Amino acid sequence: MSTHTQSLWSRIFSTDHKVIGMQYLCTGLVMSLVGGFLAYAFRMQLAWPGASVPLMGQMDSAQYNIFVTMHGSIMIFWVAMPVLLAAFGNLLIPLMVGADDMAFPTLNMMSYWTFLFSAILIIISFFVPGGAFGGGWTAYPPLSANGYPETIDFLGTMGGNLWIVAVFIEFVAFLMGGINFIVTTFNLRAPGLTWYRLPITVWMLLIASLDFMFSVGPLIAGAIMLLFDRTIGTGFFNPEAGGDPLLFQHMFWFFGHPEVYVLLLPALGFVTEVICTFARKTIFGYKTIIFNSIAAGLLAFVVWAHHQFISGIDPRMASFFSITTIIISIPFAVIVFAYIATLFKGSITLTTPMLWALGFIAEFLIGGVTGIFLGSSAFDIYAHDTYFVVAHFHYALFPTVIFGGMTAITFWFPKFTGKMMVPILGKIHFWFTTIGFNLLFMPLFFVGLAGQHRRIFNYSAWPELITQDLQNLRVVATIGMLIICFGQIFLFLNIFWSLKKGKPAGNNPWNANSLEWVAPSPPGHGNFAEIPTVYRGPYEYSVEGSEVDFIPQNQPPAKS
Amino acid sequence: MSEATAQVPRRLHGIPAGRVAMWWVIASEIVIFGGLVMSFLLYRIRFPEWSELASHTSTPMGAVNTVVLLTSSLFVVLGHDAANRKDNDKIRIWMYLTIFCGFIFLGVKSFEYYSKISIGYTAPSHIFWGFYYIMTGMHAFHVIVGMITIYIVTRGALKGKNYHRIEMAGLYWHFVDLVWIFLFPLLYISK
Repeated sequence: MSTHTQSLWSRIFSTDHKVIGMQYLCTGLVMSLVGGFLAYAFRMQLAWPGASVPLMGQMDSAQYNIFVTMHGSIMIFWVAMPVLLAAFGNLLIPLMVGADDMAFPTLNMMSYWTFLFSAILIIISFFVPGGAFGGGWTAYPPLSANGYPETIDFLGTMGGNLWIVAVFIEFVAFLMGGINFIVTTFNLRAPGLTWYRLPITVWMLLIASLDFMFSVGPLIAGAIMLLFDRTIGTGFFNPEAGGDPLLFQHMFWFFGHPEVYVLLLPALGFVTEVICTFARKTIFGYKTIIFNSIAAGLLAFVVWAHHQFISGIDPRMASFFSITTIIISIPFAVIVFAYIATLFKGSITLTTPMLWALGFIAEFLIGGVTGIFLGSSAFDIYAHDTYFVVAHFHYALFPTVIFGGMTAITFWFPKFTGKMMVPILGKIHFWFTTIGFNLLFMPLFFVGLAGQHRRIFNYSAWPELITQDLQNLRVVATIGMLIICFGQIFLFLNIFWSLKKGKPAGNNPWNANSLEWVAPSPPGHGNFAEIPTVYRGPYEYSVEGSEVDFIPQNQPPAKS
Repeated sequence: MSEATAQVPRRLHGIPAGRVAMWWVIASEIVIFGGLVMSFLLYRIRFPEWSELASHTSTPMGAVNTVVLLTSSLFVVLGHDAANRKDNDKIRIWMYLTIFCGFIFLGVKSFEYYSKISIGYTAPSHIFWGFYYIMTGMHAFHVIVGMITIYIVTRGALKGKNYHRIEMAGLYWHFVDLVWIFLFPLLYISK
C-alpha cells in the first residue's frame, strides 16, 4: 500500500486508516466464520435432533446453549460492529472527507488492537473449564448473575466472566474509534466540503457513532455490576439480595436497541452510494434522508423497552414504547421511498454491488414490516420469545450486515485493492445467499406463529411442537442455511482470485463522484497527492448539459 | 508519522481536534456515570430504608475530599494559564500540586474504604454498599487515570512541546471533579 519500504513491524502496527480498516474487516470476516459455524451446528441439531453433526459430532444441551449464545454475541459484537462501523468507517471517512488520515492515527491503532484483544478473549472463553457463556446473548440476570452457577451447571462460571470482560473491552475499543470518526468528520473535511456536500455514508457513520457513544454507557456500568455480582457476590441483580434483574434488562436494551440503528445506518449509507452510482441519478431527497436519519437516531433512545413487554413493565409504559417503536418506522419508510424514487427512471446497471443494494431494500422491508407487528405490545405478548422474533430479527440484521456489508465490500473492493472482482462469481454468491437466506428465515415466521419458542435444544417435550409439519419447516430452514454456507465458497474464491489475478481497477472504475474515487487505487500513505478542493455535492449524475454523466466533487464549476 | 504525511497540512475547521475529542470523551463518560447514578437513584427512591445505611458514610471525609478536589481544579486552571504563557516553572508547580491533591484524595479514600471494610461494610454485604464501592471506585479509577494523564502532558510541556495538551488534561480533570460533586451529595449527604 505504501510507496516507501516499511518494516514488518510498522506494517502490522500501522497507524494508516486503510490498514486499520482492513484489519477490522479481516478480523470481522474471520469471526463471521466462527459465528457461522456455531449457527450451522445448532441448526443441524434443530433439523435432525440427536443426530451426529458433521464436523462436530453429537451435540448436548449445554453445548447448544453455548452455541446459541455465542452465535448471537459474536455476530453482533465481533462481526457486525467491526465490519459495518469500524472497518468501513476507517476505510471511508478520511477518503470521503478528503483527509490524509484520521484525526488521531495512534488512537485509531490502539482501538483496533484493543478490539483484537477482546476477540481473542471471547475465543479463549470456549476453552476454559465449563466452556463459554451459555446464558443467552442478552445475558439476562438472574440466570447470568451470581448464586446460580452452583445450581445450574451449564453456565460456565469462568466463561461468563470472560464474556463480560470481552464485551466491556470491545466497547472501549469502539468508543476510541467512534471519537476518532466524529472528530475526523468535524475537523478534517477538505476545503469546500460543507456539511451538505458530505456523502450520505459519512453522515450515517457519524450518526451511528453518536448513537453508539450515547447508548453504551449504561451497559458498561451494567457489565461492571454484573461482573461484581458474579465474582464478589454483590446482589445488584439478585432478587434474593434485594436486587432487581429488570434493571439489567433496561441497561442492556438502552444500548441494545440503538445498537440496531448503529448497524443499520451505515448499511443505509453504503446502499445510498451504490444506488446513485448504478442508477446514474442524483439521490432523491438528500436532506430528507439526513434529517430522517437524525430523527431515527434520536428516537432510537426511546424505544428500548419494547424488548421487555412481558418482563413485568407497567402497561402504561408499554403503550408509550409501542407508540415510539411504531413511530421510528416512519423515518426508515421515508428513506426506503427515497431509494425507490432514486431508482425510478434511472439508468440501472445490475452490477454485483447493485444487486446487493437492491436485495437489501427488498429483504430489509420484510424485517421492518414485521418489526411494526412486534412493536405493538398486544401482538408482542403473543409472539414474544418465539421464532417469529428470531425471524424478524434476522430479516432486519442479515440484510443489514450481510447485504449491506457485501454492498460495501463489492463496491469498494477495487478502491482498496486496486483489482476488480469477478462479476459472475459475485452474482453466483449473491443468488446463493439470497435464496438460502429466504429459505432459512421465512419458515421461522411460521414455526414462530405456531408457538415454537427460542433457545430450546429439543422440542420433544412439547407434543404440539414436535409435529411432522413443524419438523419439515425446520428441515427446510436448515437446508436454507446449508445453501448459504455453500454460497460463501464463491465469496472467498472471488476475493482470493481477484486479489491475485483481478483486472486493474484504475482510480474510478464505477464512474462515481465522491472524493475516494479521486485518490489512486489503492490509495497510498496520505491518500491524496494534494488535498482536493470540493465544489459540489456527491451525487451529481446525469446533469443536463454535461458531456459525461458524472461530475466528481472536486471538479470546478464550468466558467460561464 | 512518515514524511509523506508530514507534507500534507491538516485542514482544521474552528476548534482544535484535541478539544473536540476531549469533549466527546467526556460526553461518553457522562453516560457511563449517568447509568450508574440513575440505577442508584431508582433503588434509593424505592428503598427509603437505605438512609440508615447511608448514615454510616463519613460526611467529614467526603467533605475533605470535596475541598481537595475543588482546590485541585483551581490548580489545574492556574496550570493551564501558565501553559498559555509557556511559563514552565509555574506549570511545574501547579500541575504537580494537582497530582499531589489527587494523592491526598486517594489517601483519604483508601482510609475510608479500610475503615468501612474493617467493620463489615463490604460490597457484598448490601446493595447500597455495592453501589458505594462501584461508584466511588469507578470515580477513583478516573482520578488515577487523570493523574497519569496530567503527569504525561506536564512532562511533555516541561520539555517545551505540546503545551495545548495541558488544556485537554485539565478538561478531563474538571470532569472527574464534577462527577465527585454528584457522588458527594448522593452518597455522603443525603441520609
